[in-house]
Amino acid sequence: MIAGPHIKFGVVVFPGSNCDHDAYYATKKVLGQDAVFLWHKDTHLQGVDVVILPGGFSYGDYLRCGAIARFSPIMKEVIRFAEQGGTVLGICNGFQILVEAGLLPGVLLRNTSLRFVCKYVHLRVENTGTRFTGLCTPGQVLAIPVAHGDGNYFTDPETLAGLERRGQVVFRYVEPDGTVSEAANPNGSMANIAGIINERGNVLGMMPHPERASDPVLGHTDGQLLFTSIIEWTRARTRQGREEKEIWAISAQPK
Amino acid sequence: MYRVKIRVTLRPSILDPQGKAVEHAIASLGSGTVRDVRMGKYIELSIDERTESDARRVAEEVCRKLLANPVMEDFVFDLEKT
Repeated sequence: MIAGPHIKFGVVVFPGSNCDHDAYYATKKVLGQDAVFLWHKDTHLQGVDVVILPGGFSYGDYLRCGAIARFSPIMKEVIRFAEQGGTVLGICNGFQILVEAGLLPGVLLRNTSLRFVCKYVHLRVENTGTRFTGLCTPGQVLAIPVAHGDGNYFTDPETLAGLERRGQVVFRYVEPDGTVSEAANPNGSMANIAGIINERGNVLGMMPHPERASDPVLGHTDGQLLFTSIIEWTRARTRQGREEKEIWAISAQPK
Repeated sequence: MYRVKIRVTLRPSILDPQGKAVEHAIASLGSGTVRDVRMGKYIELSIDERTESDARRVAEEVCRKLLANPVMEDFVFDLEKT
């Protein structure tokens, strides 16, 4: 539970989502914020500050992971929201949906092991200048679980170089001491990529599950940092917006 | 009406671990001559258009927008009047 004004999270529910309640629980019960479920057939985002596309197997992973969810009615609104600068967090299947929707570059291929991988991994925070990681320290190593069969991030070399150059690789799979190694990479992702952000900095996709590492009862709370960073950023922006409005109102008053 | 038979394949630059696993299984059958297994998808559908060029245009669009992901996949299709 964190003090201060509440912000509102919207968790999209697709047929086959199975981490929607975890995301709702982490934001509403653990962090004490407002949270609502957004049904995939809805066409209204209910005024949320942040959209979460949760993990799971939307539409049974038919065709390709995330390929069908991308055409859900709610996704039109999510895409519009993202284009207007709204905060969108895609976790696991949510990340797959974001790349299928073209909100993030690249694609998530089958794990090179061909196995479903479900375990705690270590992530190094590569960019703390984002609204999702503002409360992390540079190079901080977080313990957060993964659970996926298709998390092998791939893109063409030019796109990868661009992502690296612009600091869009936000999380990388590493050893507990923070060194990048092949052994620390659970799925064969290029450059050990675990999470990326769009150029504008408002859409983040990641394979690991921060919502599963948020409740102290479960032993790990590193995942909370993502949500608390988003909350802090959103509050600061709301404050700033209010102040700007006030300044504008004062200066606009007739003398 | 046109019947369309679509093949979606991984682009040559993409590693295909599934194909590799099948290749190893084939090798364990005792055949040492099988190489370069690549897995893909096969899709059939009908398109209710009058002309072949219209049917082709629709098939193209469906493949490009949904059935194949151009980042990792290529597609080809055959089209037959029914």
